[in-house]
Amino acid sequence: MKTAGQPVPHESANGHVTGEALYTDDLAGRFPGLLHAWPVLAPHAHARVISLDAALARVEPGVIDILTGADVPGDGNTGPSRHDEPLFPDEVMFHQQPVAWVLADTLEAARLGASRVIAKYEPLPAILTIQEAIDAGSYLTDSLRIARGDLSALESSALRVEGELSLGGQEHFYLETQASIAWRDESGAISVHSSTQHPSETQEVIARVLGVPRHHITVECLRMGGAFGGKEVQANACAAIAALGVWKTGRAVSVRLTRQLDMALTGKRHPYLARYAAGFSSDGRIEALRLLLYSDGGWSLDLSEPIMWRSLFHCDNAYHLPAVEVTGRVCRTHKTSQTAFRGFGGPQAMVVIEDILAQAAQRLSLPAHVIRERNFYREGDTTHYGQEVEGADRILTIWQRLKKTSRFDERRSVVAAFNAQHAHVKRGIAITPVKFGISFTATFFNQGGALVLIYRDGSVQVNHGGTEMGQGLFTKIRQIAAESLGVAEERVRVMPTRTDKVPNTSATAASAGTDLNGAAVVDACRQITGRLGPVAASLPASATFADVCEAAYRQRIPLFAQGYYKTPDIHFDPVAGRGRPFYYFAYGAAVSEVEVDAFTGAHRLLRTDILEDVGDSVSPIVDRGQIEGGFIQGVGWLTLEELLWDDNGRVATDSASTYKLPSWSEVPEVFEVNFLERATQPGVVLGSKAVGEPPLMLAISVREAIREAVAAFGHGDVVTFASPATPERIFFAVRRVRMGSGVFTFSVPHPL
Amino acid sequence: MAPATAAQPLEFLLNGSPVHVDTASPNMTLLEFLRARGLTGAKEGCAEGECGACAVVLVADEGGRTAFRAVNSCLMFLPMAAQQEIYTVESLASHGALADAQRAMAAAGGSQCGYCTPGFVMSLFAEHYRPGRTGPCDTLALAGNLCRCTGYRPIRDAALALGAPPDDRFRRRLGQASPAIGAVEIDGFARPSTVEACADILARDPSAALVSGATDLGVDSNLHGRRWPTLVSVEGISELRDFSETTTGVTIGAGLPLTDIGRAWREAPPVLAEWLTLFASPLIRNRATLGGNLATASPIGDAAPLLLALDASLRLAGSGGRRTVPLAAFFTGYRKTVLERGELIAAIEIPRPLPALVRFYKIAKRRLDDISTVAAAMAIDQDTAGRVRRARFAFGGVAATPLRLVEAEQAVEGQPWNEAAVERVQDVIQRTLTPMSDHRGTKEFRLEVSKSLVEKFWWERPR
Ligand SMILES: Cc1cc2nc3c(=O)[nH]c(=O)nc-3n(C[C@H](O)[C@H](O)[C@H](O)COP(=O)(O)OP(=O)(O)OC[C@H]3O[C@@H](n4cnc5c(N)ncnc54)[C@H](O)[C@@H]3O)c2cc1C
Ligand code: FES
Ligand code: FES
Repeated sequence: MKTAGQPVPHESANGHVTGEALYTDDLAGRFPGLLHAWPVLAPHAHARVISLDAALARVEPGVIDILTGADVPGDGNTGPSRHDEPLFPDEVMFHQQPVAWVLADTLEAARLGASRVIAKYEPLPAILTIQEAIDAGSYLTDSLRIARGDLSALESSALRVEGELSLGGQEHFYLETQASIAWRDESGAISVHSSTQHPSETQEVIARVLGVPRHHITVECLRMGGAFGGKEVQANACAAIAALGVWKTGRAVSVRLTRQLDMALTGKRHPYLARYAAGFSSDGRIEALRLLLYSDGGWSLDLSEPIMWRSLFHCDNAYHLPAVEVTGRVCRTHKTSQTAFRGFGGPQAMVVIEDILAQAAQRLSLPAHVIRERNFYREGDTTHYGQEVEGADRILTIWQRLKKTSRFDERRSVVAAFNAQHAHVKRGIAITPVKFGISFTATFFNQGGALVLIYRDGSVQVNHGGTEMGQGLFTKIRQIAAESLGVAEERVRVMPTRTDKVPNTSATAASAGTDLNGAAVVDACRQITGRLGPVAASLPASATFADVCEAAYRQRIPLFAQGYYKTPDIHFDPVAGRGRPFYYFAYGAAVSEVEVDAFTGAHRLLRTDILEDVGDSVSPIVDRGQIEGGFIQGVGWLTLEELLWDDNGRVATDSASTYKLPSWSEVPEVFEVNFLERATQPGVVLGSKAVGEPPLMLAISVREAIREAVAAFGHGDVVTFASPATPERIFFAVRRVRMGSGVFTFSVPHPL
Repeated sequence: MAPATAAQPLEFLLNGSPVHVDTASPNMTLLEFLRARGLTGAKEGCAEGECGACAVVLVADEGGRTAFRAVNSCLMFLPMAAQQEIYTVESLASHGALADAQRAMAAAGGSQCGYCTPGFVMSLFAEHYRPGRTGPCDTLALAGNLCRCTGYRPIRDAALALGAPPDDRFRRRLGQASPAIGAVEIDGFARPSTVEACADILARDPSAALVSGATDLGVDSNLHGRRWPTLVSVEGISELRDFSETTTGVTIGAGLPLTDIGRAWREAPPVLAEWLTLFASPLIRNRATLGGNLATASPIGDAAPLLLALDASLRLAGSGGRRTVPLAAFFTGYRKTVLERGELIAAIEIPRPLPALVRFYKIAKRRLDDISTVAAAMAIDQDTAGRVRRARFAFGGVAATPLRLVEAEQAVEGQPWNEAAVERVQDVIQRTLTPMSDHRGTKEFRLEVSKSLVEKFWWERPR
């Protein structure tokens, strides 16, 4: 029975469209006496907490209790990698950091209660920008560095491109905000429903805060209303508060952040500042690159270190850098603690290298696509960290096929003709590649587990360590399980993720959810089919799967198995900056065409063509959805979503009305998405390839198309602009290029 | 209206069954109510009308026809549901059979995480059953719903895959009259049926707040924690929902939702459609009114620039009687107007003939459903010799109030409409506008782009 590779809708599609699919907060009605929590927010980016007086809050009708540091029985620190995130801080480290939580019968009462808590602070000087952090030497890690080759070419190259680029962060804006409900279960232990990408870590953090062994805590994630990395770590604090509330009051507690709280309190994609110098030959080959990347890590470490590593790994994108030194610094600022977000540091570095190549093209009067192609990795090349670029020939294959199917060359002439005839609107078309490394760069995370249960009627429950956030993992797991067992999909039920089914799991992240958990499910299924084979052989051919299961049961053959998978052959030495951190690379490319209005700085995305290497797609609807959704999310990051903090360090864009996501108007009018054919990926589950993150970076084609369009207003001057390419930035970029002074102006200073 | 009586329970139809609510805070939202009742299909994604995850449909009258109307339940105060007929996503499927909109969304891969999906389904459902629809569904009907996962393409495909609505209970429902939205008086909420009664309540109860579509007030409540002991809704005042079009002018009831203005104004100039598309989203336009937009006196409201360019006047009514005020004299300062306590905007009058050429431009980060960084409406009438007979340059986002650049208008009147005239207007902008910097844009950008828009207006003139 062929189920893998079929275009099946999302496993929960019917639940989604009827409203029956439940999310954490939808469960609230099931917990009688549920308490709601609201934080007491510090009005300073950096301050010492002098005193907290909750007397007035306690008499507010409906208020049941107030949680402060004194209530923590265990270790009140939720920091995932370093112990640097006190749940109840003495020193406020970002604007609106919660210093206490009020529990009440209703959310309204909790909010009013929180407003009655009198907190006194001693304000301290705050570091609010990357530049301020650099000036103050305020960093969260040592320098991270990867280098190879001889940088002296920088001095001797025919062309030197130098400059800096600032890249804005991005709010995840998962439609479902952070949510947890905790309660004391029937056995007296604590159970938690949490919208988390990493139930095992949520369990670990709760156990740590409560000072109990982990077996006392059960965490379940039904499904998430989006996550994108934002619930990899940052779900933990909410869950910990909920669990602490239960611990103290005995009543079930819900912690659900409103959108504004979520935007004010949780981490985002890191803003970056890049400083670079690159040397090129006169025919556009990059000879040397010195790159310094600063990320704005916010107040605590979170995942900023591996994120910066991924930036260092991806500063090559698809290009061979013969001589390179790339250094990463994670700045410590008094802001939300920036965290994982689809691409995990890769996108920022890839935008930078594309920016550098585009500038070189303009300086050398060569088309940008020619320079890009000239610098591609070829089969046999190694990356700057010493990993062989397996499948490098796919870069060129994809590139050439996509140019053909999108009629790139022909459309370039059409665009040029259009531009010749229009003074105030110009079009631009650009093609950009993506190479993205798949695996967690921390090797030990690369393991997956599963528990497959078959009942005597032949119905199947599949448990595994991955979480469903909309990426279609459960859909794929169901197809993989059905395929492996040789049964119809309807027989297979994928269970909500629970820490009491599969323990010690990794976060569902790094695009590796299917690779790891899918392979573990295959392992479990193979064990079972191995046992069932002889049973089936002993039965008449007409025996159904249920008959075989019943017979196996009677022969005392176990109908369940645990599966396990660990990614082979990966390793990385951070000291040497050498290794094979990635099991394989995912490839793709996109062509985008835009139209820019010089009067307003607005642009429209006219058309996008994508060719993506997904291996043998397990689930074409899911994969296409990831490509399109990831692409549009990238378009949002690069052209629209502007994350701003005010002078006090408050997130100025802390609501849906001030922070704009892509909507109907950002979808390209023509949107062609195809998979690379005959692309089986050896060694990965069913020959498939990860697809969660790589497509986001295809959106760089839009940024580059905008650059082409802006350039068309000028006379060959170099066009630069900071990211995102908002109407304001484009408007002034057009002005500069029209005045012929585009070179080396980087961005319009923004007062915020 | 009926004299103030003892508080009645709040009553409405929910998914076909009557609902009685004995006590409800007037500040509770319909969304909170639904979710607390176990109808958790509608989600809270933002609580400010931006994401549409909370969408439900009302049965509404559209110029004599009954229609389903998708609205944001997060911006409806629960008492505003009185006498309404409301459907939520839970009611669409019957005995396990999905409604067409649901089936199309599921089949097309229109849901990934699924959190936005119930809202999309409701918007699509209303569009699918839109009376008089002959062609495919208008995908812009979904522009008030945000999806962070899909990138919208599959949702677009789902919408375009829908044919005519089936002959089912929903279509049959549209064959009957919509519920009458009349006078209501319940604890903390009043919906009078005349202007006088409304003014009376406001005069009697200084804590009472006037509410129309609640798309502004609801945000104030949900995001800024504003609370009102009593809300007075204008939704039952038929005069505020009138629309008339004569040879001398157009009169638009201040309580008429924007969607209805687009439908009712048969000989509207093309600028109206341009403006409506750029104003908020369909979900918001289904409730938002001009009265509410103008009364807030927001410097970045979109109605004022257009109405200023059209020389509109406001009919005000209150306990002290009625008066008409030119819109240009209505705004007196930052978020201040000439409205007196107990006075309301009854209607907007636009004189005819309309200028021959009127355009509306909106600068915002996002093309659809964003608040203006700068909004501009410009109008030009020329005589046969090409000289400007009447010019109107109205801007929002560049000063404490929306404003007309009278000096610029005078500078070009009687002159040919050419590049020199454009420069004169730009000169006035440069000298007189006082924009500020905020998260939507810098003051430099606001000023420069305002000047640039005049050039755009000229460049895009019919030739
Ligand atoms: C998601 C979203 C998008 C938006 N987009 C836009 C946009 O693009 N452009 C734009 O301009 N605005 C926008 N708005 C703002 C808002 O929708 C408009 O201002 C709307 O027109 C307000 O009308 P309302 O009937 O909902 O007002 P309400 O919220 O009911 O009332 C607003 C204020 O006006 C007063 N008021 C209402 N009616 C009257 C009356 N007849 N006489 C006197 N006072 C009255 C009320 O007391 C209240 O103080 C948006 C809002 C949201 C939530
Ligand atoms: S919750 Fe977002 S529009 Fe209502
Ligand atoms: S499917 Fe996740 S927000 Fe739309």
